[in-house]
Amino acid sequence: MSEVRVRGRAETGLKFHGETRALRVKMVLLGSSGVGKSSLALRFSKDEFKASAPTVGCAYLTQVVCLHDATLRFEIWDTAGQEKYHSVTPLYYRGAHAALVVYDITKRESFIRAQLWLKELEKQYIPGETEVVLVGNKMDLPDDREVSLQEGRSLAERGGLLFMETSAKSGEQMNELLLTIGSNPEHKIRIMQLLERNRV
Amino acid sequence: MGTKTLRPTIPCFLFGCADLCDRARVPFTTRASKKSLRSMKGLCLTLEPATVMEADVHKMSVPLENGSLAPVDRLRSERSDSPTPGLVEGTEPGAGQDSAMFVHAQSFEDLTAEGEQGQEQEEVQEEEEGESERAPEFGELGDSEETQEPEGKEEQEQEERENEKEEEDQSGSGRAKEEDVNSEAWRRHRKHVFVLSEAGKPIYSRYGTEEALSSTMGVMMALVSFVEAEKNIIRSIHADGYKVVFLRKSPLVLVGVSRCRQSERELTRELLYIYYQIISLLTLTQLNHIFQHKQNYDLRRLLAGSEHLTDNLLRLLDRDPGLLLSAVTCLPLASSSRDVISSSLQAAKAKSLVFSILLAGSRLVTLVRKKDQFLHHMDLHLLFNLVGSSSSFREGEGWTPICLPKFNMAGFFHAHISYLEPASELCLILVSTDREDFFNLSDCKRRFLERLRRRSSYQALQEAVQAPSYPVSQVGIPELRHFVYKSKSSGLYTSPEIPVPYKCEEEEERLMDLYQYLHSRMHHPTRPLRSIYHCAEKENLLAYVTSGFELYLCFSPLGTKALAVSAVNKLLKWIRKEEDRLFILNPQTY
Ligand SMILES: Nc1nc2c(ncn2[C@@H]2O[C@H](COP(=O)(O)OP(=O)(O)OP(=O)(O)O)[C@@H](O)[C@H]2O)c(=O)[nH]1
Ligand SMILES: [Mg+2]
Repeated sequence: MSEVRVRGRAETGLKFHGETRALRVKMVLLGSSGVGKSSLALRFSKDEFKASAPTVGCAYLTQVVCLHDATLRFEIWDTAGQEKYHSVTPLYYRGAHAALVVYDITKRESFIRAQLWLKELEKQYIPGETEVVLVGNKMDLPDDREVSLQEGRSLAERGGLLFMETSAKSGEQMNELLLTIGSNPEHKIRIMQLLERNRV
Repeated sequence: MGTKTLRPTIPCFLFGCADLCDRARVPFTTRASKKSLRSMKGLCLTLEPATVMEADVHKMSVPLENGSLAPVDRLRSERSDSPTPGLVEGTEPGAGQDSAMFVHAQSFEDLTAEGEQGQEQEEVQEEEEGESERAPEFGELGDSEETQEPEGKEEQEQEERENEKEEEDQSGSGRAKEEDVNSEAWRRHRKHVFVLSEAGKPIYSRYGTEEALSSTMGVMMALVSFVEAEKNIIRSIHADGYKVVFLRKSPLVLVGVSRCRQSERELTRELLYIYYQIISLLTLTQLNHIFQHKQNYDLRRLLAGSEHLTDNLLRLLDRDPGLLLSAVTCLPLASSSRDVISSSLQAAKAKSLVFSILLAGSRLVTLVRKKDQFLHHMDLHLLFNLVGSSSSFREGEGWTPICLPKFNMAGFFHAHISYLEPASELCLILVSTDREDFFNLSDCKRRFLERLRRRSSYQALQEAVQAPSYPVSQVGIPELRHFVYKSKSSGLYTSPEIPVPYKCEEEEERLMDLYQYLHSRMHHPTRPLRSIYHCAEKENLLAYVTSGFELYLCFSPLGTKALAVSAVNKLLKWIRKEEDRLFILNPQTY
């Protein structure tokens, strides 16, 4: 696991033509309002958790991650879950390398919405272009759980997607999520091949 | 305007109401409706015959110069150096040098006219204003008035305010949504605002949940339709110290219920703001589309998560002199620094960019616009409200569709919103026409920052943001406690820090209430005033309006009227001396 190091933006200089390869990874976060997309993005980019307000429109963040043989520059589109912004979301998942479809394990409603998002994505993406990860967030609240681990997992399996339960609050499983996207043994090669085409 | 007063007899009224509810397919429970109607005993309806309105519209449709919204450019040379500057618009202190930044529709009448007449554009009233232009000597009799606060009235209001305050404290910082709508506390709020659809479905309520209020809103819609059935339009109901004001903006209906001293007209204008707030999120096109397809649509679905924007806007309407005066205030800054910032912003342009706006909190640092495009201060206030009530722009770069209703109700702009530094108050808003242009705009911001950081002005800007605004003592009039001065041609206003006696929230609100009261007196629809001297319990106030500016002053109770009158000239001179710092005199275009 130690091969992933997350560095702050300021101290990271991208080497474009050096021995490390800098690859752009366009990542989009989708899901209902309040499931914790912005909190996941914040945990990812600054390793912080704080009270967050609903996102307006969309927020764009970048984060550089160093793998042992490559530098990944994540470009994160943190979309708003509110229904009024849905008409603009296709702008962000178009051409994404990774799409995180997030639901809140304490809200069944959000799990149902996640399934709609998956359908929506299916219509848009060309298989092999986008790595879709189903994410059940707020696993730090087991007492309020409404969606079981198994339900999430089988939904993912049916669609041939990656699956992960996380907590943006405690930071649990966050590195694993990253690894899943960046270097899951099954998918890493595939992702690398994809990314190859998007060399900066 | 041809308003007439009707006193319908209650029984007939009751009947009509219930009957209509059926027709409008409104859930109508007798228990709730009886209660609502009981409180309307002794009410008095102000109605406006539709025919009168049409005639008015016809009379007033005077086309604007060149058919554009552009303000007339004024040259520096026209600026007056007379001891009492500003009696003519464009020469007052704070008037911009070349051209204004805003749509030239900043008189209060422009806004209310629209609220009252439907979609008749802002051009209409400008003409009127021009006609009435004359430069009276201050203190001239005729339109001026002196008033004395009736004993006890303020005390009572004060008490009410305090009660309200207590309730707010109890309910904590969040929305007081869970409130019991049958409680005395709910009834005691000073100003309620309701938004409903034409089918009578609740969309927004300032206090209490919409569900709990659905029957009340049903009654409101019934009232509206009842009056419309007779080809009339309901404007307001006055009963028992309450004003109930209706604003019909198809497909929405807005209702305000107030116990404040504000005029009906001001309440209507506030409702109009709320209407625009909703339009800014959805566009009128989308709104119409939704309700054409499904009359019964529950709009709360689309507005979910944005209620706090409306809540916050209502708070601003109670507190912010900018919204009252239809003007914007600037961060005080040396003009040399401001000019460098403006030109850096101007240099960082992109094809799709229409407006670049730099804010320090709710104060404007600079605004650069596309040539021939003007921003309306109302749209700017909506942007301020959006930025001020959404902490989400603090993380990363925000990119959101937004409709600027005074610019165009039909479509979205796309705004790139970000703070210059993580913990800074300086927020940059780049308004673009192209929803795919994010990276270009992101690059504009980068270029602007790069340029700015190389200059010493950035330092000066950061210091100005940190520094408190100016104290009123700088003016050098000992009895003067506070003032608000608006330059009409630039649409900008300036005001010193709130002084000690008004530092606490209640007192500040009381001061704003007094200004609001004077404002509504000055802009009275049938008897507008040029000046008013008002002795309140703890202070004396003077309001003074010319075609160039609008001024509100607050003096200690020791001040006299003669002193207040002489203070006006002194203050105007001081503002003239400081105008480089307090206003934006060199607005830029791309
Ligand atoms: N307990 C717990 N709370 C969380 C977690 N992640 C987010 N939250 C809380 O859930 C709420 C919503 O989080 P956001 O990150 O703003 O949700 P979002 O998905 O970005 O919402 P939109 O921007 O409206 O689409 C906030 O109050 C967070 O503090 C988590 O892992 N555990
Ligand atoms: Mg969010």
